[in-house]
Amino acid sequence: MSAAALLFRRELALSWGGGGGPLVAVGFLATLTTLIPLAAGADPTRLAPLAAAVAWVALALASLLSLERLFERDHEDGALDLLALGPLPLEAVCALKALAHWVGTGLPLALAAPVAALALGLAPSLAPLALVAGLLGGLGFSFIGALGAALALGARRGGLLIAAVVLPLFIPPVIFGGGALARAADGQSPLQALALLAAYALFAAAVSPLAAAAAVRNAQS
Amino acid sequence: MFGLANPDRFMRVTRPLVPLAWGAAAILLAVGVWLSFSAPEDYQQGSTVRIMFIHVPAATLGLGAYLALGVSSFFALVFRHALADAAARAAALPGAMFTSLALITGALWGQPMWGTWWVWDARLTSVLVLFLFYLGYMALRASIDDEQKAARAAAVLGLVGLVNLPIVKFSVDWWNTLHQPASLIRSGGTSVDPAFLPALLTMMAAYGALFLAVWVTAIRTEVTRRRVLTLRQRRAAMA
Repeated sequence: MSAAALLFRRELALSWGGGGGPLVAVGFLATLTTLIPLAAGADPTRLAPLAAAVAWVALALASLLSLERLFERDHEDGALDLLALGPLPLEAVCALKALAHWVGTGLPLALAAPVAALALGLAPSLAPLALVAGLLGGLGFSFIGALGAALALGARRGGLLIAAVVLPLFIPPVIFGGGALARAADGQSPLQALALLAAYALFAAAVSPLAAAAAVRNAQS
Repeated sequence: MFGLANPDRFMRVTRPLVPLAWGAAAILLAVGVWLSFSAPEDYQQGSTVRIMFIHVPAATLGLGAYLALGVSSFFALVFRHALADAAARAAALPGAMFTSLALITGALWGQPMWGTWWVWDARLTSVLVLFLFYLGYMALRASIDDEQKAARAAAVLGLVGLVNLPIVKFSVDWWNTLHQPASLIRSGGTSVDPAFLPALLTMMAAYGALFLAVWVTAIRTEVTRRRVLTLRQRRAAMA
């Protein structure tokens, strides 16, 4: 088995092992969704217009949760130094870690987000679109998030710092994903918004491993 | 430009520049304020139009300072110039101040003109995001203890921000066409009346000179601080 496949499997196993990290993220998304009707009132006419937006923001926030451990754990126990010495370039290591974060955490969250939106009163016909947007957006969130996690290596208050660094970069995907759902709800075609969302996710996947690798090297030196 | 990368030469060249920039800023600011108050009142906005002379240059400089920060980050990252890093660091705080000044004066202007402190208009939102970028940059810089590591991590973020700002700007504009633009704001924009131009341009120049003065002074302070640090370490090593 190639080094890349091994690393990918290791990352997936680590994200699910030891307390089931993705389940905690899904639980966070469910709790956040529960708070909305409690704060805004249970009236469906008030909740339904917010449903897609709330589920989408909850998805973005929930994907922040597990980022802190993405590099920090390996940095502390020295595994990251070994990975840097290994056959894979550090850029590939960062890309694989982000990809595994997408599959391990982003996928369950993308499945949970439409359910949360339906519970708040989203039209059932929009649920597949919410899933697709969640998947595409999740790819962008994971790769941008990996960059934030790499930058926060060796910093005090790592978790809070990741949020401060990463959330401004989440703005384009949040706009495009929310826009896709809002357009579909208005009866317009969501394709343009989805294409822009996919473009940003792919752009992040192409660029952020380079920056993340530079940040990891800096933290190791 | 590359000649200035030598800290010694930089200190020598900028020594006479500092009082010059501060002096120019003070004179331009005084003239600008005088012109602002002597400009005619707007036929619709009355006297509140004068807020423009504080507000518009602040927004321009807020963006300009980020440009300075991003370009300095690029040089710090690629050529590893310590001076470029000091330049990036020194641009962050004045940039954030100009941006928040633009936001605050914008709110003060919006209240009498649009009847509300804040609307989710594309331009306002973009400036708010710019402010958030500054906050993220300063937060990252402040929370890494090792100075060199903090500098390089901040440079990566500054460069990423420079790449992302146009994308954010585009996405916010796209978002604004999706939501109905606020009817309070007339689209198409009002081109600035020639009667206001002298005051506006003078204030623009004054803000530019002020930023230059603050920036260069801060870089010089940083260079001096590092020298003091080195001298102390050397003395401690000899003792």
